[in-house]
Amino acid sequence: MKTKTMLWMGTALALAGLPAFAGGRATDGELRITFPQATSTLNPYLSSGTKDVYAASMVLEPLAGFDENGAVYARLVTEIPSVENGGISADFKSITWKLIPGVKWSDGTPLTAADVVFTGAYCNETDSGCAQAFKFDGIEKIEAVDDLTVKITFTAPKANPFNAFVGSQTPILQKAQFENCLGAAAAACTEQNFAPIGTGPFRVTGFTVNDLVQYEANPEYRDPAAPHFATAMIKGGGDSIASARGVMETGEFDYAWNAQINPELQAQMLAAGKGSFIMGFGTNTERLELNLTDPSPDLAEGERSTAKYPNPRLSDVRVRKALSMAIDRTALNEIGYGVGGSPNCNVVPAPAFYASDNTGCLTQDIEGAKALLEEAGWVDSDGDGVREKDGMPLKLLFQTTNNPVRQDFQALIKGWWSEIGVETELKVIDPGVFFGGDPASPDTAEKFYADVEMHANNFDGTDPEAYLAALTTDKAPRPETNWIGTNYNRFSSPEYDALSAKLAQTFDMDERAAIAKQMNDMLTKDGMVTLPLILRGNLSAMSNALGGVKVNAWDSELWNVADWYRVK
Amino acid sequence: MLTYALRRLLLAIPTLLLISLVIFLMVDLAPGSPMSEIPRSIPPETRAKMIAALGADQPVFVRYLLWLKQFFIVEPAYLIDGWFGTSLGGDQQRILSWQSRAPVFDVIGDRLARTMTVVGSGYLIAAAIALPIGVYSAYRQYSWFDQLGTFVAMIGYSVPTFFTGVLLIVIFAVNLGWFPSYYDASLKVTDFSSLSRQVWQMALPVAVIALFHAAEISRYTRSAMLDTLGQDYVRTARAKGALEGTVVMKHALRNAMIPVITVLALGMPSIFGGSIIVEQVFKINGIGGALIGAIVASDLPMVQTLTFIFAALIVFFNLVADLLYGMMDPRIRYD
Amino acid sequence: MTETTSGAFSEHARGPWAGVWRQFRHHSGAMVGAAVLLALILAVLIGPWLWQVDPAFIEPKAADMMRARNLSPSLAHPLGTDQLGRDTLARMLAGGKVSLAVGLVAMAIAVLVGTTVGVLAGFVRWLDGPLMRLTDLFLALPLLPLLLVMVMLFRDALAGVFGIEIGTFLLIVSAIGLTSWMQAARVVRGEVLALKEREFVLAARSIGTPPLQIILTHILPNVLSPVMVAATLGFASAIITESALSFLGLGFPPDFPTWGRLLFEGVEYMQMDPNRVLFPGLAISLTVLSINYIGDGLRDALDPRLRLR
Repeated sequence: MKTKTMLWMGTALALAGLPAFAGGRATDGELRITFPQATSTLNPYLSSGTKDVYAASMVLEPLAGFDENGAVYARLVTEIPSVENGGISADFKSITWKLIPGVKWSDGTPLTAADVVFTGAYCNETDSGCAQAFKFDGIEKIEAVDDLTVKITFTAPKANPFNAFVGSQTPILQKAQFENCLGAAAAACTEQNFAPIGTGPFRVTGFTVNDLVQYEANPEYRDPAAPHFATAMIKGGGDSIASARGVMETGEFDYAWNAQINPELQAQMLAAGKGSFIMGFGTNTERLELNLTDPSPDLAEGERSTAKYPNPRLSDVRVRKALSMAIDRTALNEIGYGVGGSPNCNVVPAPAFYASDNTGCLTQDIEGAKALLEEAGWVDSDGDGVREKDGMPLKLLFQTTNNPVRQDFQALIKGWWSEIGVETELKVIDPGVFFGGDPASPDTAEKFYADVEMHANNFDGTDPEAYLAALTTDKAPRPETNWIGTNYNRFSSPEYDALSAKLAQTFDMDERAAIAKQMNDMLTKDGMVTLPLILRGNLSAMSNALGGVKVNAWDSELWNVADWYRVK
Repeated sequence: MLTYALRRLLLAIPTLLLISLVIFLMVDLAPGSPMSEIPRSIPPETRAKMIAALGADQPVFVRYLLWLKQFFIVEPAYLIDGWFGTSLGGDQQRILSWQSRAPVFDVIGDRLARTMTVVGSGYLIAAAIALPIGVYSAYRQYSWFDQLGTFVAMIGYSVPTFFTGVLLIVIFAVNLGWFPSYYDASLKVTDFSSLSRQVWQMALPVAVIALFHAAEISRYTRSAMLDTLGQDYVRTARAKGALEGTVVMKHALRNAMIPVITVLALGMPSIFGGSIIVEQVFKINGIGGALIGAIVASDLPMVQTLTFIFAALIVFFNLVADLLYGMMDPRIRYD
Repeated sequence: MTETTSGAFSEHARGPWAGVWRQFRHHSGAMVGAAVLLALILAVLIGPWLWQVDPAFIEPKAADMMRARNLSPSLAHPLGTDQLGRDTLARMLAGGKVSLAVGLVAMAIAVLVGTTVGVLAGFVRWLDGPLMRLTDLFLALPLLPLLLVMVMLFRDALAGVFGIEIGTFLLIVSAIGLTSWMQAARVVRGEVLALKEREFVLAARSIGTPPLQIILTHILPNVLSPVMVAATLGFASAIITESALSFLGLGFPPDFPTWGRLLFEGVEYMQMDPNRVLFPGLAISLTVLSINYIGDGLRDALDPRLRLR
C-alpha cells in the first residue's frame, strides 16, 4: 500500500521518464463515459446509489481507497495506519490518519484535518439523513490533532477500522463549501451538492440532473502529469444494452459501466471490433433464499411467514439440499452471464482470505436429489409427476424481480425442479416494490410471502462481519419490527448467533477468517438456507481507444481515472 | 362564449384540486419506497433515517398540504423572484425531488425544452403528414393510395415504439453509422454546423414519434371525412355546381374536424409529457424519462408535480377543444 | 349495453341482419380481414392440439438444452427456438390465446365505457361537466402507480377467487380497459355535441321521441365511425400495453408467453435472430390489420348512406 503512494510521488517527480503513450496533463481530449442509470446528485452522503458514488469519485476523494485486489491503499494520507506503525492503537480503539502535506482543493485552498472532521460531523448530523451513516457506526469522536493529523476514536474496540473515509462512498467534503449545509439544510444546498469542490483529478463544470455530468481536469491536482484527459463527461440513461452498444458498436463512448448483457450479445458486440468487455469480481452473489417459515395465504396476516409456523416443505434440510442439487449452476451462468459471472456456492465468495473452499454445489445431481427426496418421505403417490407427503404436494412459490436474466433463471430452475418432482409457481415483482420494503405491500423481499426468492446481495468493502451478522435470529423481519430486517430466510440458529457475536470481538485476522468460513458453511453447504448460484462480476465495456483502465470491484470503477489515457 | 370559457376556467380550479388530491393519495398508496434503489448493503437503520430526512415518514395529509403550499405559494414566489429580482420566496423550502434533492421545477425547466423540441416536432410532423393523407384516403376511398395508407398506418400503430426505435438504431446508428444513438442535450445550437448536428440527432426519435402519431391521426381524419363526404349537404354543394376542391375543403373537411380536433387536443399534453419509451430508447432524458424515473424511485414530489402539471394541461387543452368545436360547428352552443 | 347497441344497429339498417351481412360480404377487405382473424383464432384454439409441444418445455439436461438454444426454423421447430431452447411455435400459439383474449376483452371494455360516457356527456347536458372532469382525471392519472395500486389491492384477492391465471387475466384486462376509454369518450362526445343539433335529431325530439330512443336510433349509429377507429386502435394498444405490463412485472407470470412479451424479449436478440421479432410482430400486425378491415367493412355495411355511393 505504501508502494502505491510512493508510485504516485514517483510519477510526479519523474515526469520526463513517462511512457510515450500517457502524455502529460490534459493532453488527451475528452473522456466519454456512459451509465445505464443517470446520476442524480454528486454528493454521495445524500445518495448511496452506485451511479452517484461513481460520478462523484471523479471529483471527491477519500483518505484511502480499495485497490483492484481489495487492499486498502493511501490516497490523501502518507501511509495506511496499522498496529505496527502505531496508526491503529493497540487496543483497537482508535485510528490516526496523517494527511499528505500540500494537497489542495480544486479552488486552490489547502486540504486540512478540519475538512475531515467536518465531513464526519456532516454525516453524523441527525437531520441530514446521511446515506453513509452506517460507515460511521461505533465512532465516538473524530478530532484534528493538528492541521494534518486526524484521530478517530471508537466506542468499543473495532476489528475493522477501515470504514469511515475509506472507499469512494465516504470521501472528504470541503468544510468551506459545505459549512452552511449541516443537518436539515443539507438537502437545500443544491449548488454545493451538484458541484462539490474536491481534491480529485477532475472538477465539475456542468451537471444536468439525471442526465449528464461534465468535468474538466483539476488544475490543482497533486500529480502535475494527471489526469491525461482535458475534459470528461458521464451520460446516463437507456439500459445496459444501449450502454454496451454505445461503446462496442457505435463507438460513441469510451467506457460503459454496468454493461451486463447476455453472452450472445457479448459475442456479437465483440465482433464489431471496437472494444472489449472487462469485469471485476467482488462479492455480488446471485442467490436463492429459502423461506424457513410458512408463507401460506391461508394463515392470518401477521402470522404468515413468521417463526410461529415453520415451512411445511422447506423445514427439512434434505428438501433444501435436493433443490440445490437439481440446479446446474454452470448452465445458468452460460446462459445468463457468460464471462460476466461464475458459478458459485458461497455467500462470502471473496476476498480469497475469507472465502470457504466450498464447491460441492457445482455439479448437478438430479438422481441424487430424487433419492434425497425419497429418503425425506416425499414420493409421487398419485403419479401426477409431483411428489407428496401426508397428502401435501411438494409445490413452491418462487418470486423474483423482473429482469430478463432472472426470468430465464426462473424458467430453467422450474424445469429442473419439475424433473425431481417439485412443482413451481413463478411470480415476478416490480423491483421498486420488491426492494422498496414498504410494510403495506405483500410483495417485498422482507415479507417473503413465497417459498423461494431470487436476488443478488453483496457486502461493502472487504470485511464480511456486518454482512454475516445480517442473518442472526433477531434480524428476521416480522410484524413486531414492522417487517424491517435483513434475515429474509427467518434463519434461526443459536450457534450462528453466537459465532456472529464472537466475530465482532475477534481481532486476529486468521481467526476471523475461520469464523467467517464456518458461518458461510452453516448458511450454504450445511444448512442450505441460502442457495448461492452465480458470483456476478461488474461487466463494463471499454473502447480500444482507451488505456490505463484497471477494473476494480471493491471501490469505484473510476478509482484510477487520473491514469486513464487515449490510445493513439 | 367568453362567459362560457371563463366559467370553465373557474370550474377548473376545484377540479384540479380534486385531481391533485386523488393523484397524491394514489401515488402514496402505491407500494415502493424512495430507498428501493440504494444498495442492499445499506442497513435498515440508515434507510429509516434517510426516509425521515426526506420527510417521507410524515402523515399523508401533512405532506399533501405542504405540497399544496409549496406549489401554489412558494414556487410562484420564486418564479416572480427570478423575473423581477425580488425576494418573495425568502428561505421557504421549494419542492425538492427526493432522488436528487434538487428543486423539482429546475429539473422540469431543464427538461421541458428538449422534450418539446423532440416530441413536439415529431407530433407536428405527424399532424402535418397525417391530415392530408387522411383527407385524401377518404376522398378516394379504397384507391391504392388509401390501401397503402391504411396498411402503413396500421403497421405503424401496431408495432410498438420500443421495437421501431431499436430497429432504427440498429440499422442507422450501428450498421450504417449515419445517426448517433445517444441524444446530446448539452449541444447548443449556435451556428449552421451545430444546427445540422441537432437535426441529425433528432432525426431518429422524431421519425419514431411521427410514425406512431401519424398512424393515429390519419385514421381518425379518414373516418371523419368518410362520414361527412356522404352527407346531404356535400351532395347539395356538388349539385349546385361548387368546385370539387371547395366541396372537399370547405364543406366536408370543416365538418370532419370535430373528432380530429379532439384527438389533436388529447395529443397536445403529450408534447409536454414526453414519450417515455422513445425518450428511453434514444437516451433523451426528457420529461417522460423524468416521470418514469421518479415513479420507479418513488420520488413522490416529482411524480406529484409532474402529473399535476400534466393534468392542468389536459384540462386546458380539453377546454380549447370544446371552444374549437363551437367555432367549427356554430350549431354547437354553450350556455 | 351490448344488446341494446346491436339492436340499434339492425334497426338502423332498416332490414334484417341479412342485409348487413350481404353488404359486408361485398367488402373484400372486410372478408379477407375476417378470414385472417378467424384463422388466427382457430390457430390459437386448435393449434395446441395439433402441435403438442409444451411451450414451457426446456431440455432438463444442460448439454441438450445448450444444443437446443436459438435454433433457426426447422422441421422439429417450424419457427425455431428461443434462448432457453423453448419451441417458438408452441409459444406463439400459447401467447396468441392470451394476447387475442386480452386485446378483445380490454378493447370491448374500453369502447363500451368510452362510448357510454361520451354519449351521456354529449347528450345529457347536466352530466357533461362531471363526466368530462372524470375523463380529465383518468387522463391525468399516471398509469404505472395506478397499476401498482391495483395489483397490490386486487391481485391476491382475484387470484384467491378465480385462480392465478383467470385472476391475473381479469386484473389485466380491467386495468387496460379502465385506463384507455378516455379517448373514445372524448371523441364520441364531440360528435354527439354536433349531432344533437342536427335536423334529424331535432325532428325526432320535436315529435316526442323519448331520449333513450333518440340515442339508440339516431345518435349511436352516427358515431359508429369514430368508435370503430377507437376499437381498432384500442385493440392494438391493449396488446402492446399488456407487453409493457409484463415488462414491468405487473402482467402475467413469467412462464406465460404473450405476443407482446415475445416481441419485447425478441428485441434483445433482434440482430442475431430476426425471427424472434418477426413472428410476434407479424402476428400482432396481422391481427390489427384484419380487425381494422373488419371495422371498415362493418361501418360501410351499417351505414346506408355509404351503401348508396
